[in-house]
Amino acid sequence: MTPFQYERAATAPDAVRMASNSASAKYLGGGTNLVDLMRETIETPERLVDVSGLSRTIETRPDGSLLIGAAATNTALASDLTVRRDFPLLARAILAGASGQIRNMATVGGNILQRTRCAYFYDDAARCNKREPGAGCDALDGFNRIHAILGASPACVATHPSDMCVALVALDAVVHLEGANGTRRIPLADLHRLPEGRPDIETVLQPHELITAVEIPALSFARRSTYRKVRDRASYAFALVSVGAALDLSEDGSVRDIRLALGGVAHKPWRALKAEDALRGQPATEANFRAAAEAELTDAAPLRDNAFKVELARRTITAVLSELKGDAA
Amino acid sequence: MRFTINDKPVEAEFDPRTSLLDLLRDHLGLTGSKKGCNQGACGACTVLVDGERINSCLALAVQYQGRAITTVEGLGQTGSLHPLQQAFVEHDGFQCGYCTPGQLCSAIGMAGEAARGVPSVVTADLGDETVTLSHDELRERMSGNLCRCGAYNGIIDAITETFAADGSQKGDAGARKAA
Ligand SMILES: Cc1cc2nc3c(=O)[nH]c(=O)nc-3n(C[C@H](O)[C@H](O)[C@H](O)COP(=O)(O)OP(=O)(O)OC[C@H]3O[C@@H](n4cnc5c(N)ncnc54)[C@H](O)[C@@H]3O)c2cc1C
Ligand code: FES
Ligand code: FES
Repeated sequence: MTPFQYERAATAPDAVRMASNSASAKYLGGGTNLVDLMRETIETPERLVDVSGLSRTIETRPDGSLLIGAAATNTALASDLTVRRDFPLLARAILAGASGQIRNMATVGGNILQRTRCAYFYDDAARCNKREPGAGCDALDGFNRIHAILGASPACVATHPSDMCVALVALDAVVHLEGANGTRRIPLADLHRLPEGRPDIETVLQPHELITAVEIPALSFARRSTYRKVRDRASYAFALVSVGAALDLSEDGSVRDIRLALGGVAHKPWRALKAEDALRGQPATEANFRAAAEAELTDAAPLRDNAFKVELARRTITAVLSELKGDAA
Repeated sequence: MRFTINDKPVEAEFDPRTSLLDLLRDHLGLTGSKKGCNQGACGACTVLVDGERINSCLALAVQYQGRAITTVEGLGQTGSLHPLQQAFVEHDGFQCGYCTPGQLCSAIGMAGEAARGVPSVVTADLGDETVTLSHDELRERMSGNLCRCGAYNGIIDAITETFAADGSQKGDAGARKAA
């Protein structure tokens, strides 16, 4: 680990000011990703601004929306009774991630900005455009079983590993930001970038822009929602494919509305808009669920080792929607 | 910098790069907490901070100034073991013992979470505010602690006896063992 100065921020403006004094400064949440990356010298900040003491309140507003302080721990958010009752896919997504110990440490802000688990990104003997722009990508023709099938580029096939973000993107979450030029809000769906030619630039954040809160708009039918994660072992493993979904059915058995998102398949949490469009207004049948999954996955471009993810995503989408509809799956 | 460690005030000076695990082991001589992977993947370094379990290998010690930390050394003493330690002995909850300090601290933190109603991914009804520590719940909630010796059955039996007060669960765990 390279040496750094440690400072603890008392307020969001404080944090931004402290970070702005050093080009390489990083914010520290629970440290569960950053400390590991610093130990590997993939991250080498000269200054760490501890933001774990900033707002961690989880507020239910009168209109049914939620405002979550970025320092709320993953455990606190998943334990919140409103989240459990009104947005079960969010609680389930968080609880499907990492371990009890890590969820106690991890913050909402840090979870959103956690970096990929691509082994070539971690291995300094390998070429990685994300670690070293222009170096090349050894995952492209390497062991790429866990890599992306959607939205990848010849420069990078890494995936975003967060479970929580899959639920957040399905729920149209909005991220509140504070930076040197003031505050702004952007949809979580627009926060992470696809890799294109610059996989090292992972988000649209300005330098030292701080996530202060995450807002989840009210969505009455999110009570009928869930998250399913498929992985190599039953617990404590990253997703091969995951599906977060909320389903609103009309009396006649058709899909009035739907939110659907995928994890483990792309450089960002993947909102499955094509599948949603294919299903809105259609009868909620297994055949239609499958057809919608197909619609989403027509653009899938699997690599040598991960073609299984296309079929896995198709089946998991179909199973999750069938489960939400009330058919055993 | 000040901490309360196992109920005693402690002052220490160290480089900000020091993890809480290295502070405990290398600076304070509390070598009970173990370093398995040093990257959050095994749970051998689990300690309690204000009663909550964390992986001390991923924790920067500076971030935990002023907090109350409990390590395995603070749980019980020779001759007066913590009930969970005694149960580990009785149920063969270990072979080499390397993962045990982390298992113990993790299980105590886990029991606190269950008492506060924290759900897990195998909890069927997220609206249910009371947690029943069934076999499946315990396996899931303890999945952050690996045991290379594979003492899992003994570990789960020891935790069940200590924390899953409900007799039916004990029977359930026993039945599984017999099956
Ligand atoms: C063994 C292991 C298994 C895991 N398994 C899973 C899993 O199955 N699913 C899953 O989703 N995750 C998993 N994780 C990842 C875990 O969820 C993340 O490490 C965690 O959520 C990061 O949160 P943190 O607060 O510790 O972030 P930190 O490590 O503190 O920070 C991460 C990044 O976010 C930045 N940051 C932090 N807070 C802010 C803020 N408020 N504003 C701007 N930037 C900020 C930091 O500068 C840093 O770049 C696993 C991690 C480990 C170690
Ligand atoms: S040493 Fe901390 S989790 Fe393995
Ligand atoms: S007893 Fe040996 S690792 Fe668990």
